[in-house]
Amino acid sequence: MAQIETMTLNMGPQHPSTHGVLRLVLELDGEIIRKITPHIGYLHRGIEKLSEYRTYHQALPLTDRMDYLAPMSNNLGYVLAVEKLLGIEVPERAQTVRVITAELTRLKSHLVWLACHALDIGAMTVFIYAFREREKVMQLYEKLSGARMTSNYYRVGGLSADVYAGFEKDVQEIIDTFPGFFDTYEGLLTKNTIWLQRTVGNGVISAEDAIDAGITGPALRGSGVDWDLRRDNPYSGYDKYSFKVPVGEKCDTFDRYKVRLIEMREAVNIISQALKALKPGPVLADEPQVCYPPKENVYNSIEGLIHHFKIASEGFPVPEGEIYQSVEAPKGELGFYLVSDGGNKPYRMRVRPPSFVNLSAIEKMAKGAMIADLVAVIGTLDIVLGEIDR
Amino acid sequence: MGVDNPLGDNILTASLDGLVNWARKSSIWPMTFGLACCAIEMMATGASHNDLDRFGIIFRASPRQSDCIIIAGTVTKKMLPVIMTVYEQMPEPKWVIAMGACACSGGIFDTYSVVQGVDEALPVDVYIPGCPPRPEALLFGLIKLQEKIMRERNSFGSTIGLGERYDSAA
Repeated sequence: MAQIETMTLNMGPQHPSTHGVLRLVLELDGEIIRKITPHIGYLHRGIEKLSEYRTYHQALPLTDRMDYLAPMSNNLGYVLAVEKLLGIEVPERAQTVRVITAELTRLKSHLVWLACHALDIGAMTVFIYAFREREKVMQLYEKLSGARMTSNYYRVGGLSADVYAGFEKDVQEIIDTFPGFFDTYEGLLTKNTIWLQRTVGNGVISAEDAIDAGITGPALRGSGVDWDLRRDNPYSGYDKYSFKVPVGEKCDTFDRYKVRLIEMREAVNIISQALKALKPGPVLADEPQVCYPPKENVYNSIEGLIHHFKIASEGFPVPEGEIYQSVEAPKGELGFYLVSDGGNKPYRMRVRPPSFVNLSAIEKMAKGAMIADLVAVIGTLDIVLGEIDR
Repeated sequence: MGVDNPLGDNILTASLDGLVNWARKSSIWPMTFGLACCAIEMMATGASHNDLDRFGIIFRASPRQSDCIIIAGTVTKKMLPVIMTVYEQMPEPKWVIAMGACACSGGIFDTYSVVQGVDEALPVDVYIPGCPPRPEALLFGLIKLQEKIMRERNSFGSTIGLGERYDSAA
């Protein structure tokens, strides 16, 4: 018998379906994948190192640019970690607005996932529809924070500003209209034969393997593990809302797709509960050492101006210590590990990116599959390279 | 002038150039080259709300089929050789758009791993600032590129192998 030779094929970093600049080196036996070696680092920007040279507030915009599909979730994880280190209590209104915006971010991120995942598999219409809906969230983001993507809306101790007049109306419109859009996507995909053939039984990873690999987020829940940090380790007042945590059964790409769609519906559910719970009040903690003074004071009194200048230029000291704070980002557990030496800059900021850990399971999920199925597996993992390489 | 233009600048060549330029500017086919955050805004520009198709702009996945490369995002030192390879694979005529602060100048990432602007390696035609630029900004940049293409002279001559293209404003 002749020796079967495998072929080595390079995929990426310039490839339309690797979701950025991921490079995979594949060992192929015909069209069957025998080995996958991911190469990362094509988007390494040194965010962790840069943040060591920034004050705590200056490091916040850097977190926007890690998972650029879900900037507010990154901001949330970071400010929660700093607040935990400082021991600051955030006012209730700020917490509720944070929950609303974090869930809007989940919608935004999942819409891009759905758009790209469907486009990769060949469903162009879903891409056009999902980006249309995403634009609505983006416009709300812009009204709220001034930027469409890199919002930088939170501050240590609360929010940069209260919500604009008419925010409730805009959010209510999203709550009212979005479930109908989800029905449209399901109508286009859930019973679509091509979609089913591409996703059912593709990228199977058992619950045990998923836990061993450290997968989190919808990819873990798709494998039937009931684990959601919003419910199991609540932060920012998530314990006040009731929501379902969807889990899959067959551990394949189709189940992960369904989990994410239900998650989008649950996000709308959480937003509507939070909108009802939104009460007037302050949006920034009463901690003059840390928080910016109100704008009226800055513009009308010299003391307020000096106060603002001092915090903006010098920052604030954070007590010595180290902390780990994680949030349930759209892609999984996003953790911030901060070490403070008592100064006004983080001594070390380490990020636990969900995409990086999820990517490590790609070999387990796609080994033995056809090369065309690999595209579906990359899509279902919902990786973002800004977060993996940082 | 130093520009090789054997056909000369007369009414016949000028109208032929205009025709070629008009065809080129009405069908800019950019490479899908998403690097970072800006790529998402580039996708948003191409999707339903802003719709690049109405300018004849259709994203192509292969450098062999494209005549414009939009550098959308941070260029790292590890990525730069890949970008240059892709650029070299594109057939003439080709244009480069640097989208976003990172591609223009390195942006906020002044670190050991980031190239401080893609113009260190590629001849950039249009710079679009912003972090990331809005879809409207990208559209404006593409319209500026169309204007630049319309200003070109000897596009017809260079196509049939006589002389080279040059910008009439330069």
